[in-house]
Amino acid sequence: MDANGSYHAAPYSTNPQPSAQSTMLYACLDCGHHNSIKPREPIRCFECGYRILLKVRTKRMTQFEAR
Amino acid sequence: MALEDRNRVVILADRVENISGAEFPLSFDGQEKLFSLAGFKDAFDIKIVRLTPTEIEFDMIGVDASIANALRRILLAEIPTMAIEKVYMINNTGVMQDEILAHRLGLIPINADPEDFQWKRPTDPPTDQNTIVFKLEVACETNRDAAPGETDPKRKFINSSVLSSQLVWDPKGDQEARFAERPIKPIHDDILITKLRPGQVISCELHCEKGVGKDHAKFSPVATASYRLLPEIQILEDITGDDAEKFRSCFPPGVVEVVKERGVLKAKVVNARKDTVSREVLRHKEFEGKVRLTRVRDHFIFNVESTGIIAPDVLVSRALDVLIEKCDISKAALAKAVKGGEGEE
Repeated sequence: MDANGSYHAAPYSTNPQPSAQSTMLYACLDCGHHNSIKPREPIRCFECGYRILLKVRTKRMTQFEAR
Repeated sequence: MALEDRNRVVILADRVENISGAEFPLSFDGQEKLFSLAGFKDAFDIKIVRLTPTEIEFDMIGVDASIANALRRILLAEIPTMAIEKVYMINNTGVMQDEILAHRLGLIPINADPEDFQWKRPTDPPTDQNTIVFKLEVACETNRDAAPGETDPKRKFINSSVLSSQLVWDPKGDQEARFAERPIKPIHDDILITKLRPGQVISCELHCEKGVGKDHAKFSPVATASYRLLPEIQILEDITGDDAEKFRSCFPPGVVEVVKERGVLKAKVVNARKDTVSREVLRHKEFEGKVRLTRVRDHFIFNVESTGIIAPDVLVSRALDVLIEKCDISKAALAKAVKGGEGEE
């Protein structure tokens, strides 16, 4: 596995990197809504008011061997 | 060892005798039995007993266990197939970890003839000649059409289980035209890969490569490949009357039948092949000395079950090709080792 997600330049290589996001998104643990919160803002879901937000998984590609 | 027992394994109540072959000179009561190619050709036989789209049963008669075992091991480990080898995970928010998911994906049999693909060394770049690409893009969500009280996840959610049918082949180069008649897809459409819940997503790209079973079991083209020796039941003394019925019940159905001969009920072996050699007869006093259980040492009953990628009959012929190739290699090596001797043989 290549943790850095490096991938040989090859005819097949896709470009899995989505367009870079400017703001950080956090998913609400209760309703799943993606919130963008700024520094010093209360940690609270805009939709349901739940106070636990999760950092979403990176969209960066990682390579695994199917073994 | 008596000559008539030379190719019999004798099964006794507490042990098995004559296990190893004795095909060397003077081993049968001092009698000379030399190996000759003509004699081998005469005795050797292959009979196909049963052939279905996924299974084959055949008899291989007149070979040593080493040859039969070589064939079995080649079937398991040395016939190439295509299997998912690299998993490029873009997103996976399901409960199954990336590594486990990748491992499970690797084990899915892919319906692609390995003969149509080239070997890919680790340094080779992927091309349409050595790699098959699949995409797996699944997102689970709540099914809005489901009844309010629905508890079955299959109806309550959409894509709650990720199945092998959701792998989408992404043809590269001329692959679409080359495999128009046999589109590349998993053999089975209903293999459960993982389960998801609303909001969970899996997105990845999968690269299949050519490999052999000795590298990883996922490349093995067989589900099972095994052989057993042909069982034989020798009735030394007639078993009649009530004993005959009891004798029949000592074997699986269809092995022994009770027949009426000159007004006497008599046990007769009909199909010893079906016997499991459970040795049940040897437990009863009344059959002592009347029956002998043996197996024919050079009669192998092969059972090969394909995963569905390669037809079972093709599978066996490919295994024999590999075996011949191996023989050629050792023949050349032997000739080299004894250089100066007779190079022709």
